Amino acid sequence: MMDERNTLFSQQTFARAVEFIWREAEMLDRRDYRAWLDLWDTSGFYVVPIDPSTTDYAASLNYAYDDQDMREKRVQRMTSGYSASASDAARTVRTVSRFTLESAASEVVEVKSAQVIIAYKRGVTTIFAADLSHTVSFASGEPRLVEKVIRLIDSTEALSAIGFLL
Amino acid sequence: MSDTLYQTINTDALHRRALPDRIAPSLYYDPALFEAELERIFYKTWIWVAHESELPNSGDFRTTTIGRQPVIVVRDKSGAVNVLQNRCRHRGATVCEEHKGNAKGFTCPYHSWSYALDGTLRALPYGDGYEGVCEKNDLPLKSLRVGIYQGLIFASFNEEIEPLEDFLGGAKPWIDLFMKQGAGYPIKANGEHKFRFKGNWKIQLENTTDLYHFPVVHKSWMKSIDDETAAVITSFMTSDDAFCRSLGNGHSLAVLVPELVDLDHDDGAPLPERFNDLVTKLAERHSPDEVRRIVRSLMGVGFNLNLFPNLALSMAFFRVLRPLSAEETEIRHVALAMDGGPDEANRVRLRIHEHFQGPFGFGSPDDAEAWERVQRGSHAGPDVPILVNRGLNRETTAANGEKTAHATDETGMREAYRQWRAMMEQA
Repeated sequence: MMDERNTLFSQQTFARAVEFIWREAEMLDRRDYRAWLDLWDTSGFYVVPIDPSTTDYAASLNYAYDDQDMREKRVQRMTSGYSASASDAARTVRTVSRFTLESAASEVVEVKSAQVIIAYKRGVTTIFAADLSHTVSFASGEPRLVEKVIRLIDSTEALSAIGFLL
Repeated sequence: MSDTLYQTINTDALHRRALPDRIAPSLYYDPALFEAELERIFYKTWIWVAHESELPNSGDFRTTTIGRQPVIVVRDKSGAVNVLQNRCRHRGATVCEEHKGNAKGFTCPYHSWSYALDGTLRALPYGDGYEGVCEKNDLPLKSLRVGIYQGLIFASFNEEIEPLEDFLGGAKPWIDLFMKQGAGYPIKANGEHKFRFKGNWKIQLENTTDLYHFPVVHKSWMKSIDDETAAVITSFMTSDDAFCRSLGNGHSLAVLVPELVDLDHDDGAPLPERFNDLVTKLAERHSPDEVRRIVRSLMGVGFNLNLFPNLALSMAFFRVLRPLSAEETEIRHVALAMDGGPDEANRVRLRIHEHFQGPFGFGSPDDAEAWERVQRGSHAGPDVPILVNRGLNRETTAANGEKTAHATDETGMREAYRQWRAMMEQA
């Protein structure tokens, strides 16, 4: 009986997390970055690692390793009008799918997925393909991002500079 | 039919497209000129390929490319650093496709010819087909000339090239100063950002000593840092102590924070407040002098040193450029750490690097945007020159020939194009 309740809880939480991740993806494609900031737990980290196997992000060089302060600064930069690359950023459409529930504690789930972003700028489309890992907390009732890790499949190769968020 | 209908490409006079104060826009997009640059510059002079810290042990290697030619930089059993063409002597396949690693040797995947770390051909299968045809001893992986200065490994295809130290010349004392940011520890490469932009390699080459662009292009980065740091970083705009200087052989220097040129000279200024937490942690295990030395070095040195044609020692990191085609370039920004130094300080160095550099940093994407705009715009008006004349009215020449002007002047670019012209003139 207990197991069944747990399974039911996990499935419901997983479904809420997937819906949350899709909502986040939509916000990012619309460049609604202020609203995106509100999805975060203030202690959370937004990470784009370079080393495909690292989990010690603090000790590694990453493309991005943003705490709340750096996330706010990044969004400020993107929306300020002072950055030429952000002001003239590519338009993006992203698909997030292939969801799996990695772990589920009482109020926190880790969901893995695949993301493909098509970015279009000045006649050129560029693909950013990545494995995602979202850690989502439901402690406050509403889902909040505790960690998002974006592992680009070509992270150790030369990438194109971008003016949008992955 | 007249012969004049046939298009011919005359590359004899390419050097004339760069004048002392201006260059032809076709320097950025002419494919014939690009091919000549590979031959006359990238396959002729010293090209930076790696830092010694990337190869601490026998068998450690990293692969890279000079122009279009893939090479392996590897430390052999004797401890010597070899730079080998990454190309089997049999049918030309690459013998290594890893970015870096440790190997006992390199074996071609096509017919299993295997090579030692010094390039010697050790074995090939079914050797009877070569008896009396060729000798293994005559078929090592081709090696390049290697020169090392302050851990910087350079290589050249040119057997006749001048010694590396002569080539570096006036840049050497500045390389020595740059390495002081180890704060008593050796400098170690600590990861890299790599990105491409759709533009010619010389646009990046120009940029390293172009301080004129900094407050414009990097406004969004400056707004993301504290006022104290922003004021220090941009003080060169109005300072008489900051300057740009030619150093000969195409090398140049831009000093933007004069008080951080020689990190051994401590002016006693208060440490930036944003490092207060780090200072407290470091003080648990380091003397007050050591703490000051480490923290004053976190942002690197107060200058950018441009080494013609592919390396810059830029404040706190190495900038490496690789020309991919006339209209595309790859850039690497190599982060640096204190080898054996305090982890907490090395982590701060990583965060500083991430903040500005790389394809998702707060600085590099805006540089790339500006450079791509130069590439696109330069196609308009093939007869309208690109100007590199800023500060000609206030440039002074020292007895050793080095020219100095204001920090925002284009003295460094003129030196790069002087060298470019000299090398392109050689047939």
